[in-house]
Amino acid sequence: MDAPALNYLNNGHGAASWLLTRDHKRIALLYLVSITVFFVIGGAFATLVRLELLTPAGDLMSSDTYNKMFTMHGVVMVFFFLIPSIPAVLGNFLIPIMIGAKDLAFPRINLLSWYIYILGGAFTLVAALSGGVDTGWTFYTPYSTAAANSHVMTAAIGIFITGFSSILTGLNFIVTIHRMRAPGMTWFRLPLFVWAHYATSLIMILGTPVIAITVLLVAAERALHLGIFDPALGGDPVLFQHLFWFYSHPAVYIMILPAMGVISEIVQAFSRKNIFGYSFIAFSSIAIAVIGFFVWGHHLFVAGQSTYAGLLFSILSFMVAIPSAIKVFNWTATIYKGSVQLDSPMLYAFGFLGLFTIGGLTGLFLGAMGLDIHVHDTYFVVAHFHYIMVGGAIMGYLGGLHYWWPKISGRLYSEPWAKFSALMVFVGFNLTFFPQFIAGYLGMPRRYHAYPPEFQVLNVLSSAGASILAVGYIIPIVYFGYSLLAGERSANDPWGARGLEWEIPSPPPTENFTVSPIVTHGTHQYEPSKEVGIA
Amino acid sequence: MPNGHSEHFPGPIHQPPLASNVDAIQPGVHAEHAHHPKLQHHFDDMEQQAEASTLGMWVFLVTEVMFFGGLFMAYIVYRSASPEGFQEASHHLNVIWGAVNTVVLIVSSLTMALAVRAAQTGASPKTQVGWLIVTMVLGAAFLGVKAIEYTDKFTHHLVPGPDFEWAGKYPAAAQQFYSLYFCMTGLHALHMVIGLGIMTVIAIMAWKKHFDAEYYTPVEVAGLYWHFVDIVWIFLFPLLYLIGYHLHE
Amino acid sequence: MGPPRATEPGPGAEPRLEMSTNLPLFPQQASSQAGQVDAIYFFMVAVTAFFGLLIATLIVIFSVKYRRRSDDEVGVAIHGSLALELLWTIIPFFIAMGMFAWGAKVFFDLYRVPAGAMEIFVVGKQWMWKVQHASGQREINELHVPIGRPVKLIMGSEDVLHSYYIPAFRVKADVIPGRYNTMWFKATRPGTYHLFCAEYCGTKHSGMIGSVIAMEPADYQAWLDGGKSEDTPAAAGERLFTSLACITCHSGDASGRGPALAGIYGHEVELQGGGKVVVDDAYLRESIVNPQAKLVNGFPPLMPTFQGMVSEEQLLQLIAYVKSLKGPAPGGAQPPGGPQSAPAPEKK
Repeated sequence: MDAPALNYLNNGHGAASWLLTRDHKRIALLYLVSITVFFVIGGAFATLVRLELLTPAGDLMSSDTYNKMFTMHGVVMVFFFLIPSIPAVLGNFLIPIMIGAKDLAFPRINLLSWYIYILGGAFTLVAALSGGVDTGWTFYTPYSTAAANSHVMTAAIGIFITGFSSILTGLNFIVTIHRMRAPGMTWFRLPLFVWAHYATSLIMILGTPVIAITVLLVAAERALHLGIFDPALGGDPVLFQHLFWFYSHPAVYIMILPAMGVISEIVQAFSRKNIFGYSFIAFSSIAIAVIGFFVWGHHLFVAGQSTYAGLLFSILSFMVAIPSAIKVFNWTATIYKGSVQLDSPMLYAFGFLGLFTIGGLTGLFLGAMGLDIHVHDTYFVVAHFHYIMVGGAIMGYLGGLHYWWPKISGRLYSEPWAKFSALMVFVGFNLTFFPQFIAGYLGMPRRYHAYPPEFQVLNVLSSAGASILAVGYIIPIVYFGYSLLAGERSANDPWGARGLEWEIPSPPPTENFTVSPIVTHGTHQYEPSKEVGIA
Repeated sequence: MPNGHSEHFPGPIHQPPLASNVDAIQPGVHAEHAHHPKLQHHFDDMEQQAEASTLGMWVFLVTEVMFFGGLFMAYIVYRSASPEGFQEASHHLNVIWGAVNTVVLIVSSLTMALAVRAAQTGASPKTQVGWLIVTMVLGAAFLGVKAIEYTDKFTHHLVPGPDFEWAGKYPAAAQQFYSLYFCMTGLHALHMVIGLGIMTVIAIMAWKKHFDAEYYTPVEVAGLYWHFVDIVWIFLFPLLYLIGYHLHE
Repeated sequence: MGPPRATEPGPGAEPRLEMSTNLPLFPQQASSQAGQVDAIYFFMVAVTAFFGLLIATLIVIFSVKYRRRSDDEVGVAIHGSLALELLWTIIPFFIAMGMFAWGAKVFFDLYRVPAGAMEIFVVGKQWMWKVQHASGQREINELHVPIGRPVKLIMGSEDVLHSYYIPAFRVKADVIPGRYNTMWFKATRPGTYHLFCAEYCGTKHSGMIGSVIAMEPADYQAWLDGGKSEDTPAAAGERLFTSLACITCHSGDASGRGPALAGIYGHEVELQGGGKVVVDDAYLRESIVNPQAKLVNGFPPLMPTFQGMVSEEQLLQLIAYVKSLKGPAPGGAQPPGGPQSAPAPEKK
């Protein structure tokens, strides 16, 4: 194929055309690069953690250093990788196109979001480079306000600043989806990817401000000795936990809902079949966002919270699992009688389905109050959330990146290498984190620098798995990089999929559409003449 | 296997595309006249742009409610832990200054609404800027009063920290009260300062005749922001100044 | 015997590269509650395995059976099925509610301390566990308990959050500065079991570990007797009560400026401004560090705060002393000269 016509990639050259762009697609790529950098940094911290944990004794680094390693791993991965990843890269790129718009509602605010993210990241890196933070990514008081002598203030300010990036992204998405849909693009014709991001944006705008004020209070208490969380001055350290988890629990739904949106799209495209139960999946996304705000107390079952509050949080935690279960069944049913092609995006989607099921169900272990007492703050929790965050969210991110790569870059990547790394990720991931379930139930607490020798075999298996996982993540960086420079050029729709994004060129022109398209039906309709079931 | 080459390109065979007119010349929805100079190119028309901007500001105000909400939650927790303590601490605040500030802010919301109306009705730049300046003066007066109050707190050792002194019965509760007092009114004051900055920009735009009946959204959303800052104070005043307050003691 | 304690070689020691091949896969059950916790665990493992395998199997079968056979092939347009949606909503809902109820029941059993439990005081501080038995025995990083008898731990922290975790017993409770938290267990098997701090608390969090040693009752008694004879917490508390001049106001007679404390523990008192409170460990602690928080009705607000002047251990000793004072019931809380609403005039 010949070199493409004028498109968003070659429309303007030079650093200024990228750093001052208002094009949502270019901003998505700015995010792609910076998020990848933070992923590598967060992964480096994880590598050091897993190296130390090869032996029971704390012999690779001092305890203080180790404590900083797991803290920085958590802070970087949660705030600078997982939360922005899919929304800021894939959401930014695709939402305007999927709804038939030329850009998001507020393109300049979109660029500002990226700069705020970079500024917050800079503060956090300064904290890391000038000695690190050792409070755990959860910053529990009074350790973080009164006892820790690491760079808590700088890290807190970095997180505070980055929160606004999230808030502005969510704000942009909500206004865009409400006001910029093309004629005929009704709510129930929207791709499920858009529904997922709408639900995510609700959480972003309602939850993030609370972590902002919480982290600000920690900084204020450290700097000014206010006493809000200091028991010696009449303060309540557990109040911090409530405020922190009020955001941080919904935050995990910020991390998983977009991935679920990606899976909805991939499963349809690679079965060449419309989704089973469209409205159930759409409403489930909203239900998860809403119910997710009322479960935070399941992090405080052993913290002396009242039993009645605990009961309420427990029952709601079980209820929030139901919409996720509905989605898993609907995705599986979509494959039934489809035309299935096991290309790499579909492999990632399948990985997601299995690992998210396990991860989600192990969450129920933690929601059962009597059982949580034993496994709280052990490696069982660590395994649970990595199954969801890595086995779920990151698989969704990688799957989406592969699926839409031809659209974003106008080029194809090496499919054999992609299948190979998907397999490495799956094997490496399970070897890393499954032993941690066992170690956790045995009683190995989390955030432990040294541990009793009987946990060593499990830790060695886990570290071995991590090395395989790391390789699985590095290979795509190589072949995607190669693809950008010398990959085979792609057609508009290399997969034979459906959706507005596949009807425009790969890569798209800057304005996406020369005029507003008029939408006549929903996406992923491959054979309307043979419709069966609910319309 | 993803396909770039057209001979393997499956394409939408049985299936018309999702949308028509993707690259055709026929317009979808669209105004006939040459567009307003302030129309940003990614919007179809001024109405869509105005609706998007106002919805955006409302969504932002929701985030601000949640932002202040964390502090209100802390307030609820500590006040219910020691109601008498909070009441005792609250008595040291000057209700007169608080009431003055309340009136000042409410009037400033009125003048802000008049500024929006002036822009909306295409009043002269002098009128538009005039109302904005009155609003800003009132806002500055509010901040001036707060400066007087804060200075008073400093001199009476009511700033939480190592210098905090409390002679009453409930020192622990008093420390919590004043921590929250400074955090809540301080955050509010910061929002007011930002509001003054926003209004300066809007006033300059009004002076340069940017606004007309079709395009006054910046003034409108600045107004929404200012009204929100006012409403936060309406909550802060009774919660901080009027705990157990009786007019006729 | 239980698993050995971990040792830290220190930063300058040679890294040890030999590997322990000991591979336990499941913790011992050493308390009366462990079985209950394990039962719900196994049920949930079974449910997880079932659904995990179900989804995995279906995916594999569908991918093979419906694999794409030609470039142009598309799937069948099936939009959904209300019956299926209801099925896979209602069944998971009932399973989930069952799990919730079961988990709640286990929690209640773990939470409700049985009557007659033996009380032991625990203080966590960076980075050690200090234990004091009611008979005066003190321990550091160890806890000796008899089997077959419920043990209630009353726990405080001197600095930051910690958490007292005994995996073999399946119990854990956070230890929070500024308040007390309690937990109970009944050991069932003699042995030595891991004790871990399970809430990150700084540098030596992973070194804040120890052992819980469960013993036959006779052995436990022998251990108690054989130890260095030390003051009971209550005796130490009595000495503090005098040295800190508590006795000046809480003299126990009608002229005392503060309520008499004999027999007050476990009874309700009326508070100023209405409301009542049961005098328990938490209330006693609060009254020492923040006296005006819940003043007994009819007494002047004269008591100074002892915040910062007494350590957590000393607080536990004072409380143990007050608990040991036997006397007439709530009458001991009468203000001088009978109940009155105005505060008594300052003497002297």
